[in-house]
Amino acid sequence: MNSLVVATTVTPETGEARPAERVDLRREFNEVGIGEVLDQLDRELIGLKPVKTRIREIASLLLIERIRKRMNLTSDVPTLHMSFTGNPGTGKTTVALRIASILHKLGFVRRGQVVSVTRDELVGQYIGHTAPKTKEILKKAMGGVLFIDEAYYLHRPDNERDYGQEAIEILLQVMESQREDLVVILAGYGDRMDKFFASNPGFRSRIAHHIDFPDYSDSELLTIAELMLHDMNYRFSPDARQAFIRYISLRKTRPLFSNARSIRNALDRMRLRQANRLVADLDRVLTADDIMSLEAPDVLASRVFLKNSSE
Amino acid sequence: MRVTQGCFSFLPDLTDEQISRQVQYCLGKGWAVNIEFTDDPHPRNTFWEMWGLPMFDLRDAAGVLMELNECRKVYGDRYIRMSAFDSSHGWESTRLSFMVNRPKDEPGFRLERHEVDGRNIRYTTKSYAVDRPEGTRYGGK
Repeated sequence: MNSLVVATTVTPETGEARPAERVDLRREFNEVGIGEVLDQLDRELIGLKPVKTRIREIASLLLIERIRKRMNLTSDVPTLHMSFTGNPGTGKTTVALRIASILHKLGFVRRGQVVSVTRDELVGQYIGHTAPKTKEILKKAMGGVLFIDEAYYLHRPDNERDYGQEAIEILLQVMESQREDLVVILAGYGDRMDKFFASNPGFRSRIAHHIDFPDYSDSELLTIAELMLHDMNYRFSPDARQAFIRYISLRKTRPLFSNARSIRNALDRMRLRQANRLVADLDRVLTADDIMSLEAPDVLASRVFLKNSSE
Repeated sequence: MRVTQGCFSFLPDLTDEQISRQVQYCLGKGWAVNIEFTDDPHPRNTFWEMWGLPMFDLRDAAGVLMELNECRKVYGDRYIRMSAFDSSHGWESTRLSFMVNRPKDEPGFRLERHEVDGRNIRYTTKSYAVDRPEGTRYGGK
């Protein structure tokens, strides 16, 4: 190993050259620039503790792999195929986009593009249509990440002649033979993904990272709402903020609650109400502050509160 | 006789690694790469068959190599070439073309002399391979 010069670094404190086979991990870390991506992940994605931990782990492994590769300590390319499970609106797609840029920075995917598909884009409509269609998508995703949303739709257990099986077989083959060219991420709701993996054991074993996205807590949802509003150049008035805290706790108990997505939809409706409220009084002179702030009535007009008071 | 044509015809056959680099260059330029094959080696044969459609919107050469390997599996005993099509205004034509596969044995060409009007002679080159029907040349299936 002595003959392998990896990085001769000069430590700032002592100023003396270190032995050649040592690696300055911090410098490596900074050089690759993942710290920045991970920080961004921390800043822009609220909550999701287990997800962030796993991404950190993967990033660390990839960093070490990179150094090992340069020291000629060869090992197989780590399997990077992943499956994201979790309830609606927990940020699976958003994280998939981030993963692609992390993998790209670390040099594990060459181009870093994300090709996001669902069953429609992979499965054909008649015999002989599926294979070229799936391959077309795979070719486009080469060198990047293939994100298959709601992957369980590929498999239709009630119809044994379904062409989805053909797409699955091609996917499995490429996932195995071209691991260094392509990273496949499957995403979907937890229980249905479990069923999907149970009926396609090949998938489960080819995927190294199963990441479960937890639901958000009330305070996390509030932070998400405020982050979204900030991005849209809106803000809550103090009253509206209090009202929205109540809104979240009520909305959570309602059926079809889909985490951040419900919050985004709620905010969109509040923007509508705010606009309507402002337009109702045409003689009023508006300030930028008026246009930016959502008031308590905009929140309280929601159906969630109505239903609650009537019951 | 080793048939050559297109780009890199003075070089030894490209390795997959080299092919991959060339394809990546083409993709970087925004050209669509296309795979064609034939078993008629005559230099004036411009009608090569297409392997699938030209590949648009690719980012990485691995996708093209995947198709090339598929094509080799089926038509490994024929000539295969790649061409890169530039769709940008003013070009709208092939920018680069090179061979990526050739049969194991290439019997070469014979020269035929046609004796015409008086003592005039016209020449024709004809591949020995095309004496056999299409698909069975070069020891095909």
